[in-house]
Amino acid sequence: MMTYTDKSGPFTHAATSVSKTMNTVLLALVPATLFDIWLFGWPALFLFAITIGACMGAEALCLNWAGKPLKPTLCDGSAALTGWLLAMSLPPWAPWWIAVLGAVFAIPLAKHVFGGLGQNVFNPAMVARVALLVSFPVQMTLFVLPHPMFATGSPGFMEALSITFGTGTLDSMSAASALGFIKTELSRGVPVAESIKQVPSLMDLASGVRIGSMGETSAVLVLLGGLVLLARRIISWHIPVTVLGTLFIMGTLFNAVDPTRFTPGWFHLMSGATFLGAFFIATDYVTSPVSKQGQLVYGIGIGLLTWVIRTFAGYPEGMAFAVLLMNSLTPIIDQHFRPRMFGRTRKGQPLPLKGE
Amino acid sequence: MKLFPVRGGIHPDYRKERTSEGAIVALPLPKALYLPLQQHIGAPAEPVVKAGDAVKKGQLLAKGAGAVSAPTHAPTSGIISAITEVAAPHPSGLAQLTIVLQPDGKDEWAELPAALDPSTASPEDIRARVAECGIVGMGGATFPSAVKLGLGTQKPIETLLLNGAECEPYLTCDDRVMREYAAEVVDGARIMARALGAAKIVVGIETNKPAALAAMTEAAKTFADVEVVGVPVQYPMGSERHLVQAITGLETPARKLTADLGVVVHNVGTARAVHDAVRFGRPLIARVVTVSGGAVAKPQNLEVPLGTLVSELVAFCGGLTEPPRRIVNGGPMMGQPLPSLDVPVIKGTCGILALTAVETNEQPVGPCIRCGTCVTICPCGLVPVEMASYIRKDNLEAAATAGVTDCVSCGSCSYICPSHIPLVHYFNYAKGALAAQGREQRKQDKTKELVEIHNDRVEKLAQAKREAAAAKKAAAAAAAAAQVETPQ
Repeated sequence: MMTYTDKSGPFTHAATSVSKTMNTVLLALVPATLFDIWLFGWPALFLFAITIGACMGAEALCLNWAGKPLKPTLCDGSAALTGWLLAMSLPPWAPWWIAVLGAVFAIPLAKHVFGGLGQNVFNPAMVARVALLVSFPVQMTLFVLPHPMFATGSPGFMEALSITFGTGTLDSMSAASALGFIKTELSRGVPVAESIKQVPSLMDLASGVRIGSMGETSAVLVLLGGLVLLARRIISWHIPVTVLGTLFIMGTLFNAVDPTRFTPGWFHLMSGATFLGAFFIATDYVTSPVSKQGQLVYGIGIGLLTWVIRTFAGYPEGMAFAVLLMNSLTPIIDQHFRPRMFGRTRKGQPLPLKGE
Repeated sequence: MKLFPVRGGIHPDYRKERTSEGAIVALPLPKALYLPLQQHIGAPAEPVVKAGDAVKKGQLLAKGAGAVSAPTHAPTSGIISAITEVAAPHPSGLAQLTIVLQPDGKDEWAELPAALDPSTASPEDIRARVAECGIVGMGGATFPSAVKLGLGTQKPIETLLLNGAECEPYLTCDDRVMREYAAEVVDGARIMARALGAAKIVVGIETNKPAALAAMTEAAKTFADVEVVGVPVQYPMGSERHLVQAITGLETPARKLTADLGVVVHNVGTARAVHDAVRFGRPLIARVVTVSGGAVAKPQNLEVPLGTLVSELVAFCGGLTEPPRRIVNGGPMMGQPLPSLDVPVIKGTCGILALTAVETNEQPVGPCIRCGTCVTICPCGLVPVEMASYIRKDNLEAAATAGVTDCVSCGSCSYICPSHIPLVHYFNYAKGALAAQGREQRKQDKTKELVEIHNDRVEKLAQAKREAAAAKKAAAAAAAAAQVETPQ
């Protein structure tokens, strides 16, 4: 009788797999995504499909080029997730080539040059978003007012095709997101305390019927998805809580000091891509620290940097930059923040015996 | 009793219900028994019989050799047919020297050593009896129990911790022993506590064994010094250091023993064996083995004479219903794969599992996605993902600094890994390679020392020679000078 002795145990295994993890994340994104596609109509759906398709295509090409088997990696959902998150960080009516270029930045440049799945230092979707933002500032900051699908005044199927694939008629409809609006007003000398009264109310920010990229609207549905990930133990509380907490504390603290200059904490939480960033972007396994202690440091860093960039830098939204900056620190955080070994001190020396 | 939290751990599918509810069944005597000389940690036993000898049940076949060793006795009466090389119950399938016994069917007892009265016997007498009866750690570690019971002579021991956690999936042999032989186990524990000089006994049982908990509590209720405690169901609760932490809150320092904290841990099966040895003079010649796994027709617990071939156990359990993917000696988490069924049951064999491909759920290894679950669940506070990446690059020094030698190979990280990376396989490789490096280093150091001594000696000889030559020369010169002077 033939049995196998080629490896040591265990000879039982939890029903875990990479694709199971990725699929759970994708499922958690579904409610927010459906809402956003409804909110911005056909062009959003096209952009969404093109981004994911381009990312999957790029992944297949890279795998083929590297001589790796296509099926296991292509089917585990990791490339689809990258595409999904990238699509959620684009203006919903962006042209098709933004999506395709984004896929080129994300998959071959940010992921496969490092060695593919699990090897990349930076979050691929955020590399793509930042590269696009810096290279095409006009297209990446042209936001439209919500145009719910099938509503009067919203583009129909054919019109949507021309928006996504043709020249489009965006200029007349462009608008600014809440974060962008406040930044512009501040630069014109309008104090935050004044301009903030003109942005949508907290309720509108929560419900998500507002201007922004797909992942910036529907904060509540994104939060719901995040809670699903927590409940399914795909992620732990450490990163989201520290990101949100730091951002809220910094906002509240500085707003209390000078309300004309600094936006309040709640506004930081409810605007921009705060929830998407905290629950879905910053928690990316590959580019975040592996230990809980390290994750706390990493989350605080992202919250702090996001607040600094939103408040002092030229860009209204800082989440993507903050995540990338902290990604670069992940290897160092991993080196310095690790669990204490059983029977040893933090420095790795055996614990002293009583009386020693 | 207040318990203390233990870091990490997992909750695997236990699958214990397949065997936990049936009583232990005695396996009929097989046609031949194969008793390896090495059934324990330490030096192999030395045979005291030869081929052709007639032996009785319980008679000494091979005596312990050295301080850490254990003797082997005849599980039944019969004829020694050979002392020869037989495949060992080890993944390598390599042969080792084994005494082959043909039972005569009479099952006649030899004259056994007289029963000891534990209330009057000295700790030395108890330890001597335990050593004489060949008792080793029956949880699978197979460390000679008498040596462990002697720890009380070196350090003050306050507590004997009886390990009934049985945290490995499938295995129920300890569960059944506690249910069916609770009084014997408690008595054995009290004898061991006396040998150790321990005032207190705590029995730790995972709460997924309510019947065993009840039986043991009942058996212990008349003894003020014995406490039975339900511990959380959390693999690897049965790991000695972790069980000590859960029950006493004490964390054993690295490279120290639990005995340094005043706690010694013994398995419940060992306690039962000690009871038999002290009260009746019976040596360790049989043990309870869980035969289970999806490929076994009738999984159950068997009381097996040592030396019985695994194939006999499987046949008694109705044979295999399908070709198993793995035959495992022990539990599925820390057990060893067996190359075939034609190997004997030895003192540390707590389970024989024939696992189907569905149960083992082996998948192709994928790339690590750094999910960090292995870090979260490691009960030793290690970073498996990091150690594995060092070992893959054969950077053993970095792996050692990262703590690979502190790994207890519990398998939790491999079990949970979504990419099915065989982390423990890496760590076992590294531990082996580091141990080999250490041996090589010690050998080199010794050689260097000898060479230095040799060089010193040669140098001293040369020096002496030079001095002698110089002295001779000086003497000659003096003589010459004297001669020159003389004519004047």
